[in-house]
Amino acid sequence: MVEQQVISRETGIEDTQYRWGFELDIKSDVSPRGLNEDIVRLISAKKREPEWMLEWRLKAYRHWLKLDSQGPQWANVEFQPIDYQDMIYYAAPSSQSDGPKSLDEVDPEILEGFNKLGIPLEEQKKLTGVAVDAVLDSVSVATTYQEMLKKAGVIFCSMSEAVQNHPDLVRKYIGSVVPYSDNFYATLNSAVFSDGSFCYVPPGVRCPIELMTYFRINELDTGQFERTLIIADEGSYVSYLEGCTAPMRKSHQLHAAVVELVALDGAEIKYSTLQNWYPGDKDGRGGVYNFVTKRGKAQGRGSKISWTQVETGSAITWKYPSVILQGDDSVGEFYSVALVNNRQQADTGTKMVHIGKNTRSTIIAKGISAGRGNNTYRGQVKMMPTAGGARNFTQCDSLLIGDECGAHTIPYIEVRNPTAQLEHEATTSKVSDDQLFYLQQRGLSLEESNYMIINGFCRGIFKELPFEFAAEASQLMRVSLEGTVG
Amino acid sequence: MLLEIRDLHVSVGETDILKGLNLTVNPGEVHAIMGPNGSGKSTLANVIAGRPEFTVVRGEVSYQGRDLMALLPEERAREGVFMAFQYPAELAGVRTWQFLKASVDAVRKHRGMKELSIREFDRLLDEKRRMVRIDADMVKRSVNEGYSGGEKKRNEVLQMAMLDPTLAVLDETDSGLDIDALRIVADGVNSFRSPSKAIVMVTHYQRILGYVSPDRVHVLLDGRIVRSGGRELALELEEKGYDWVRAEAA
Amino acid sequence: MTQTLTRYERYEADFHALDTAGRPQWLQDLRQTAWTRFLDLGFPTARRGNEKWKYTNAAPIARMEFGHDGRSRPNGLSAETTDAAIPRHDAWSQLVFVDGVFAEALSSRPESTDEVRVSSLEEAVLSNSETVESHLARHTPFEDDGFAALNTAFLRDGAFVHVAAGADVETPIHLVFLSTGNAAPTVSYPRALIVAENGSRATVIESYAGLNGGRYFSNSVSEMVIGEGAEVEHYRLQEESEAAFHVGSARVVLGEGGAYSSGAFSRGAALGRYDLSVLLDGPGSACRLSGLYVTSGTQHLDNNINIEHAKPYTTSRLNYKGILDGRSRAVFGGTVLVRKEAQKTDASQSDKNLVLSPYAEVDSKPALFIYADDVKCGHGATAGNIDEETVFYMRSRGMDVDTASRLLIHGFASETVDTVREPNLRAYLESQFLDTLPGRRLEF
Repeated sequence: MVEQQVISRETGIEDTQYRWGFELDIKSDVSPRGLNEDIVRLISAKKREPEWMLEWRLKAYRHWLKLDSQGPQWANVEFQPIDYQDMIYYAAPSSQSDGPKSLDEVDPEILEGFNKLGIPLEEQKKLTGVAVDAVLDSVSVATTYQEMLKKAGVIFCSMSEAVQNHPDLVRKYIGSVVPYSDNFYATLNSAVFSDGSFCYVPPGVRCPIELMTYFRINELDTGQFERTLIIADEGSYVSYLEGCTAPMRKSHQLHAAVVELVALDGAEIKYSTLQNWYPGDKDGRGGVYNFVTKRGKAQGRGSKISWTQVETGSAITWKYPSVILQGDDSVGEFYSVALVNNRQQADTGTKMVHIGKNTRSTIIAKGISAGRGNNTYRGQVKMMPTAGGARNFTQCDSLLIGDECGAHTIPYIEVRNPTAQLEHEATTSKVSDDQLFYLQQRGLSLEESNYMIINGFCRGIFKELPFEFAAEASQLMRVSLEGTVG
Repeated sequence: MLLEIRDLHVSVGETDILKGLNLTVNPGEVHAIMGPNGSGKSTLANVIAGRPEFTVVRGEVSYQGRDLMALLPEERAREGVFMAFQYPAELAGVRTWQFLKASVDAVRKHRGMKELSIREFDRLLDEKRRMVRIDADMVKRSVNEGYSGGEKKRNEVLQMAMLDPTLAVLDETDSGLDIDALRIVADGVNSFRSPSKAIVMVTHYQRILGYVSPDRVHVLLDGRIVRSGGRELALELEEKGYDWVRAEAA
Repeated sequence: MTQTLTRYERYEADFHALDTAGRPQWLQDLRQTAWTRFLDLGFPTARRGNEKWKYTNAAPIARMEFGHDGRSRPNGLSAETTDAAIPRHDAWSQLVFVDGVFAEALSSRPESTDEVRVSSLEEAVLSNSETVESHLARHTPFEDDGFAALNTAFLRDGAFVHVAAGADVETPIHLVFLSTGNAAPTVSYPRALIVAENGSRATVIESYAGLNGGRYFSNSVSEMVIGEGAEVEHYRLQEESEAAFHVGSARVVLGEGGAYSSGAFSRGAALGRYDLSVLLDGPGSACRLSGLYVTSGTQHLDNNINIEHAKPYTTSRLNYKGILDGRSRAVFGGTVLVRKEAQKTDASQSDKNLVLSPYAEVDSKPALFIYADDVKCGHGATAGNIDEETVFYMRSRGMDVDTASRLLIHGFASETVDTVREPNLRAYLESQFLDTLPGRRLEF
């Protein structure tokens, strides 16, 4: 079974390390290039959204127009300005334009595409223990295990469906963690988000299987703006996984997603990401700009939100999965491995905002830099005056491979309560020649030795991932590091 | 002949360390290489294992009739050359179990043997680690990280037992051990002795030779073997010190 | 924008009024360039993306109108008045500056010898010192620093210390910058240039203090050039009066095998900022930077320490500590930059804070930027109050809470004071700094 769950199997693309780079040959329903109010209205109309949803989008769009059109400038990344008028904001497979259907109606080419990615959707082949919402470009094409989830009372569907079928929940929580005015990319997303996943776990329910959304960009010059909302009601538990890939394109693609998590009293959300968007070629041509806003609100007393991410893809990664620790005794965690190779740039980390009493947060971030990549950890820990007895522990370790890359650590520590305690540690190291020789002397090749050391470096993070994902993550690291030794 | 070294000259950067070393090791033999600090003992061990910093300027090293210097470090290991390190590297996050499994797999694959199943591997590991008194817990920890000096050395002997080499080169494996640990290590080495295998022990002191009896003892001074003999040479050295050999050699 | 212009009018008038007759052309040009640059930059704002001023708002300085009179001469000041404000020891050489101008009568400087020359910058400039010309303002880039540009525009006087190659100057050299702080808000521009030639050794102490309670602005720049194998110990005491604004910077450049150690003690000023930049520009050079900041009331103190490892085998150790009380705020910004060439760098950076009051705030940002792979770099930061367990332990041995916390706060700070090698300065710090620490009763 494990074999089948490996996403990274051969796809027949040659001469490349990115094995997910094939293109699907499907007909798409594509909006005109550029962004204006009509496009926002068009997206909303395609989704047959209620008036309030359209109003919210328009509010976001009008706010976005007022922002500096270059987006935020503080991150440690460099790229040419993005032309937001030269991008397509909505693309959906023609066969899917009416929204998700039952599996027998899904275009076989799409099913085959997801098969190739290792995410079979058909009933008889589907992954065991994981319910999958498959998102292609702007829309969700299918969601598996609907019946089982329904029995447990868990709502897991595409965002479009949720707007139709659970409008009260959506209206109550959308924008409650990441307001439409939050930041440049989140505002853009609020205006043009196309689809994404929605999940609601009722009080006291432990979601019986892992939930997963698999994102795939296919269409050329298309931005992907999905929006995910997960609500864990009192005393409930859910583990959610997210994976993503894109075809190899010479031009850059923008992915500006928003993820909002809400955990009520005693609820726990575990959110894991394997980010494997196309990183571009070795000279930095092409690749996805992954500018994502992810935030969870540990709203209830004793609630817990845990982010685990393995970031190996994208030309540029800009994301800071955060936790607002509002409920007393709530817990926030962030476990991250970020790898850059070739010309990749990552500026990623987290924010832990302690508001409630005795709140706890843990941050473990591992950065690996190879090739000419630049990797920045940027993390903020804020202890508000109300956060009596709060604690944070942060550890950031960087590993450098070669002398053309960079590893940077920028913590922001803001303490406004004398009973809060906070500790930050960071180290930087390289794979030493002594370690490599030691492993070689035991019969391992240089490449294997290097890989084993790096895997060891990441072990603490991988163990936070669900089992199948851990194997996949370790596989991804290996592929991403090919050619860095020797 | 298992190992034959002829007129070996080795340098690190600008410095010449070995200056015309000769050594012949036959299957079944235990050789002790003794010498003061800086004489080139560790260099010899590392050159046999293939550490990249050392440059072989001149001379030949043949192992089982093949040119050993032409092989990569991992190829030497797979061909049966094992080195126990004086200062084994620490591998954060890499479990000893995982490390040993990968090594044993690589070596067995090269030798055309079938890969051990996890159950078979565990059985082998249990047997070997008992011999060097390493507890089950220790193999779950990161390789050499937080190990005591004695634990590191025992772990080296465990690896030797697991990889089943033909030629074992022990670099100061006895240094820094208390008497109990020394006995455990010596027992491990002794149980490895067989008519088809050979051991080269590099050591500063003759202490371990009381537990592992050598067939030949060589004295290394300034990059050359200046004197060879039987077990009695070690005792003589212990008594008279290296200056005695130095004077004789001059 | 027009508002900004009016704000600089006073500076502009003072800039043009500055008497610089007889000064060499290079200095005039330098001042003009700096002035133009200041007009472009202005004072820093906490606008988005300005990471260096993220937590400190310079607007209170920008908003006020400060006058500057470069011709003022310190009149009516006696040694008794000035000594009350600063540490002093008879054995030290001492140069005193009042509102940026050298006060000969208050100073006790050594005779210039082949080994060491201690003088005012003005004298050195007028005597056409080549050392001054080749080093002054060459190490403090003002391209991106409005305060340094402003100081350089008003460069007229200051301290000059030149230690000859191989000289070992045992007597500490104390540079005292006093602000009179009278009724009308004034600004002064203290400046120091310290050149330690190859293989020399010297100890330099800088003190900043105010004589009256008025609001003033002290905007200082110190430059230190440390030659091959030379060693400089540098102590800096910021004890400005409580209404004062203080923005000071020091730029240190080290040659091969050079060593720089510094101890920065800050507890004065309403708004204080210290920018220390160390450039390890020679292989094997090393720096050891310690600091202690103590804030209370509504004070705001900001330490911004940048260390650049430009060459291989360079070492840096940074240990700063803060004690915060009242409604005060302390900021620590640290940057360690390791260039690609700087293999085998060994850098560590630590900022530890004791937050004693529920209304105080500390913002710490110890950042690492690393471009070389064979390096050992680490950093750490902590913030919190005194450990309850420890207090409990002490109480169980019969101590009351007050004594226990006082002892712990004292211990926390004395670790930094203990790093001071000059015994007379250490004695001063022990009696003046450690004994005035807040001894807050904590609630357990």
